[in-house]
Amino acid sequence: MGIAAEAPFHVLAVDDSLIDRMLIERLLKTSSFHVTAVDSGSKALKLLGLVEDEQINEEPPSIALEAHQDVEVNLIITDYCMPEMTGYDLLRKIKESRSLKDIPVVIMSSENVPSRINRCLEDGADEFFLKPVQLSDVNKLRPHLLKSKVKDEEDQQIHDKGINETEVIAPDKTIPKNIVTKNG
Amino acid sequence: MEVDQMQRQCLDYTKSLFLEGFLDGQFVQLQQLQDENNPDFVVEVVSLFFEDSERLLNDLTFALDQKSIDFKKVDAHVHQLKGSSSSIGAQRVKNCCIAFRNFCEEQNIDACLSCLQQVKQEYCHVKNKLETLIRLEQQIVAAGGSIPTMEF
Repeated sequence: MGIAAEAPFHVLAVDDSLIDRMLIERLLKTSSFHVTAVDSGSKALKLLGLVEDEQINEEPPSIALEAHQDVEVNLIITDYCMPEMTGYDLLRKIKESRSLKDIPVVIMSSENVPSRINRCLEDGADEFFLKPVQLSDVNKLRPHLLKSKVKDEEDQQIHDKGINETEVIAPDKTIPKNIVTKNG
Repeated sequence: MEVDQMQRQCLDYTKSLFLEGFLDGQFVQLQQLQDENNPDFVVEVVSLFFEDSERLLNDLTFALDQKSIDFKKVDAHVHQLKGSSSSIGAQRVKNCCIAFRNFCEEQNIDACLSCLQQVKQEYCHVKNKLETLIRLEQQIVAAGGSIPTMEF
């Protein structure tokens, strides 16, 4: 399915510092991104539709909860040092979610700690920016967004193809009346 | 005063702040993010920095005044101040914070108290400088001119 007008990419920025939120928002908007800025990991997860583990009683913590995404987010950029939930914790929760794991995540930190940087990159972060973030850093985001857009489109094509070719055949070779094959 | 005279004065003043180390390249980044659609960006961020810093300096004074000092808390406040000063380019304040954090780690009370005094002083200096700069810029805009930008 072709899209007539390209909507700008939507970036979710997470930072507990108001000044840094203002800065990252301005940087992203200058680069023509649509931005939502929140001040905590838990608010970010709420926006992404991911329900916190503690709220569900019976599920064992290892099962990732499915996100009901009301808002489409194309990239998440988060500060590392935040109270309660760090940027790393947020990264892990996103990567553990079946529906959110393909969203590129970028981590920002004011501290240049190689072990921290490596851990984030190894555990799924696409980039690590040292603060203060510059326009040149923000320019590095677009390739990640374009790459995941292409992947989304490929996934969608595979998904559509799979549904069109599915036939439900009962043992006596008749297609049950109550099964409907979906198109597109 | 003519607009171009004001602009020259403003540019000279800005340059001196860089030469004296009060501001660094990050401040130029802020100015570059300001445009006709966001004409007050620098003033807004700087104002936030003032509010934030004053709150943090009060918190630091309180925390270091306790009989039993919670150095983790002190460090957390300094970390925040370091972050915000770094984000706006207030170099001297940032550098003070870096030294301050080292003393927090060592749990050196006297050094911390001395750092607190120093960071308060540096904050006062940069606040005065930034207020003067903003005043100069606003005069230029009021006279119909545009704020001169530095090449960094």
